[in-house]
Amino acid sequence: MTLAGHQAPPIFNRGPAPLVRLLVFVSLCLAILVADLRFRYLEVLRQGLSVATYPLQMAAATPADFVRNASVYFATLVKVQLENAELRRQQLGTGDRLLRYAQLERENAQLRSLLEMSQRVGVRSIAADVLYDAPDPFSRKVILDRGAQQGVETGLAVVDAAGLLGQVTRVYPIQAEVTLLTDREQAIPVQVVRNGLRGVLFGTGQGRLEVRFIIATADIQPGDTLVTSGLDGVFVPGLPVAEIESVDRDTDAFARILCRPLAGVERSTQVLVLGRLALPPPRPTAEQEVAAPSTRTKR
Amino acid sequence: MQPTNRSSRILLPARLWFIHLSLLVALGLVYVPTGRLPGVPDWLALVLAFWCIREPLRIGMGAGFFFGLLVDIGQGAAMGQHALAYVVLAYLANGLARRLMWFTALQQALHVLPMFLVAQTLMVVVRLIAGAEFPGWSYFLSSFTSVLLWLPMTYLLLLPQYQPVERDDNRPI
Repeated sequence: MTLAGHQAPPIFNRGPAPLVRLLVFVSLCLAILVADLRFRYLEVLRQGLSVATYPLQMAAATPADFVRNASVYFATLVKVQLENAELRRQQLGTGDRLLRYAQLERENAQLRSLLEMSQRVGVRSIAADVLYDAPDPFSRKVILDRGAQQGVETGLAVVDAAGLLGQVTRVYPIQAEVTLLTDREQAIPVQVVRNGLRGVLFGTGQGRLEVRFIIATADIQPGDTLVTSGLDGVFVPGLPVAEIESVDRDTDAFARILCRPLAGVERSTQVLVLGRLALPPPRPTAEQEVAAPSTRTKR
Repeated sequence: MQPTNRSSRILLPARLWFIHLSLLVALGLVYVPTGRLPGVPDWLALVLAFWCIREPLRIGMGAGFFFGLLVDIGQGAAMGQHALAYVVLAYLANGLARRLMWFTALQQALHVLPMFLVAQTLMVVVRLIAGAEFPGWSYFLSSFTSVLLWLPMTYLLLLPQYQPVERDDNRPI
């Protein structure tokens, strides 16, 4: 600071004024925020720094691991027996269905070869445990105990026994972050099982889901089941996703359709990460579209 | 330096390695996965505000920025969200440091509470603008639990400075 033309003596010099430093740091933070949220430029920096802080994170996770293991250790015999009985009962039902599934799969393969359609590829899957909810309270994410080393990639679908749970959005060396269906930034192309009507499912944030952009007069009703349509080339088609709870048609153009997720989206602890399908064939060019006769009826 | 400016007891100067160690330990506590439990205190904000008030020449916005980034990475939050909050927190704490040193720890806690709330409000505003959902009012509970810990933490972090250099029964203070 200058007072009447005199510089402050160097021993009292403390660099830029606090307000200036505040402005510099705040603008730096805002730049980082925009680069991360809007353009996703900073994933490399995030991965690098997360490797650096990894020992600290592991040390911090130890008490949580301990509590989880202790609760398993002290599970009572009665509880385990009940669970065992339940699992046996489920096993019977599943076994029966699996028998028929094998037969159906053979039949499907035969029919497809008869019709000269390409065979559906089998999908690899990775079993994983949900370690904990991601601490960020502004989003709905969970952390899995499988990561890049076990072959998890970003974009893969995550399911539990009842249906689709979410999508892997960030992969660390031995952990992965899954964005749940109910997160506000999660969107999935779906299809109504009953009539094949397609739509896009969005999370609303409060544990609910919403199908947007469906015309108010469309044939859709409470109780309908939604499955993935597979149009995105990311999810396997036919995974159960949600059940429709209410349809409000008194809106402008699109119906307001609220759904309930079928999977235990915010409860499941054991999940399956499904591998990626082969990429869909490239889109036809405009000429091909004109040339090809439209055989399929549009809904 | 005294415990507060009204006290006549002279403390040892705080060692720089101890300051940084305490910040690192706080970072470790932030990394403890607690899931969606509401009202988990923000350990790093607490320790950072403490040192910004005790040692405004050594700990300030730079430390807030650096540790804020590390918290963002550990929590999977937007990069820069905690950094922004901690930079503003450090600015406020540094600015009020001279005044706060005249108060007892309880009165200091009352001054620190609005700083924590400002920091949390900033984070909410940033994320809401980015399109996230509002986490509910229980989110702000964490400021209050942090402030409850101000008194025990002041005691804990001042302990190393309380010990005498060497034992001397004839020492006047």
